[in-house]
Amino acid sequence: MKHCLVVDDSSVIRKVARRILEDLSFAISEAEDGQQALESCRQQMPDAILLDWNMPVMDGLEFLAQLRKLDGGEAPKVVFCTTENDVGHIAKAIRAGANEYIMKPFDREIVEAKFQEVGLI
Amino acid sequence: MSPAEYDFLRQFLKARSGLVLSNEKQYLIESRLLPVARKAGLASIAALVSKLRDPREAQLADAVVEAMTTNESFFFRDKVPFDHFTQLMLPQLLERRAAKRHLRIWCAAASTGQEPYSLAMCLKEMGPRLAGWRVEILGTDISNEVLDRARAGVYTQFEVQRGLPIQNLLKYFTQSGDQWTISAELRSMVQWRKFNLLESFAGLGQFDIVFCRNVLIYFDQPTKADIINRIGKLLAPDGYMVLGAAETVVGLSEAFKPVPDRRGLYAPNLVAAGGAAPIAGVRVAGLGGF
Repeated sequence: MKHCLVVDDSSVIRKVARRILEDLSFAISEAEDGQQALESCRQQMPDAILLDWNMPVMDGLEFLAQLRKLDGGEAPKVVFCTTENDVGHIAKAIRAGANEYIMKPFDREIVEAKFQEVGLI
Repeated sequence: MSPAEYDFLRQFLKARSGLVLSNEKQYLIESRLLPVARKAGLASIAALVSKLRDPREAQLADAVVEAMTTNESFFFRDKVPFDHFTQLMLPQLLERRAAKRHLRIWCAAASTGQEPYSLAMCLKEMGPRLAGWRVEILGTDISNEVLDRARAGVYTQFEVQRGLPIQNLLKYFTQSGDQWTISAELRSMVQWRKFNLLESFAGLGQFDIVFCRNVLIYFDQPTKADIINRIGKLLAPDGYMVLGAAETVVGLSEAFKPVPDRRGLYAPNLVAAGGAAPIAGVRVAGLGGF
């Protein structure tokens, strides 16, 4: 079973994402900000990371930069999932090493399509 | 809706568009056609039906057909056919047509344009290999409304997130608010034309590749067989036809044979007499639309 880390400061979003991804047969762990997510990755590197941008303590972009420097940190497929839905933000995320990008609001079909796109499903 | 009205609409839609409605699709008719009726200032399906019985109501007839056949579409829908396109069909045809440097592709049920534009993106990704080539993409649909949307090339945030890789969104679209417009260059690669698959294909010319996905499912068996056979006639002998994931030629037509290990991909069956012979038992005579 593939493992996906869901990183979002909203418990509602984490819950929705968890439900969708569990239906797609992922094992889920959660983090509320980039710092927590980084700790989680140091302990166990996931196969996939669904990543919010704006979060307290450490935001998604900073987390991504840190992650890619970790041992094995190149491996996880990172899919941003954020309300930042302008070209500038998207381009910045891709340059920083994100594999895909979801603009909120999202639904089951979009998550499935994006995870398929990066070869996770 | 009375049984007589339902029967009338079933026959009307079958004759006009080939659409076959099974029994008990009343809910579908009501949900799609009540808005059409209201727009025309009519209070009910009954009133709509009595108007449709008047052959002068051509515009209303078109609106009814459009409302019943309009369909959702996605960029790179099902993904696999586009892999066939870039990995098998294009490399092979680029070699075979090296002297002519000309390819023609037909999207027979183009809907709101995602399929032709996805093919256009595949072509752009080929880069310099296509320098000096003329590749025509013709997108047709029975509905003017969806073709207008296809021509405009404007998609919602939801639409551009289903199947479209984010890199392609950045490369080929410009954003205004939550609307995304496909680039003028890609738009110029596709021609659009209103076309009913029940009509004669004469005048469309010859094609190297025909995408005919997720439209045959709406037709009955003889109509499916007839359309497949007629595609066989306008396809180059070394060309390809692509059907939808849930569609097949098996048991319908011997004009095509499946390409091994390429789901949904078919090649003209040159062994079959005349290249487009219907198999025994499938009646293709007596269809409307000729």
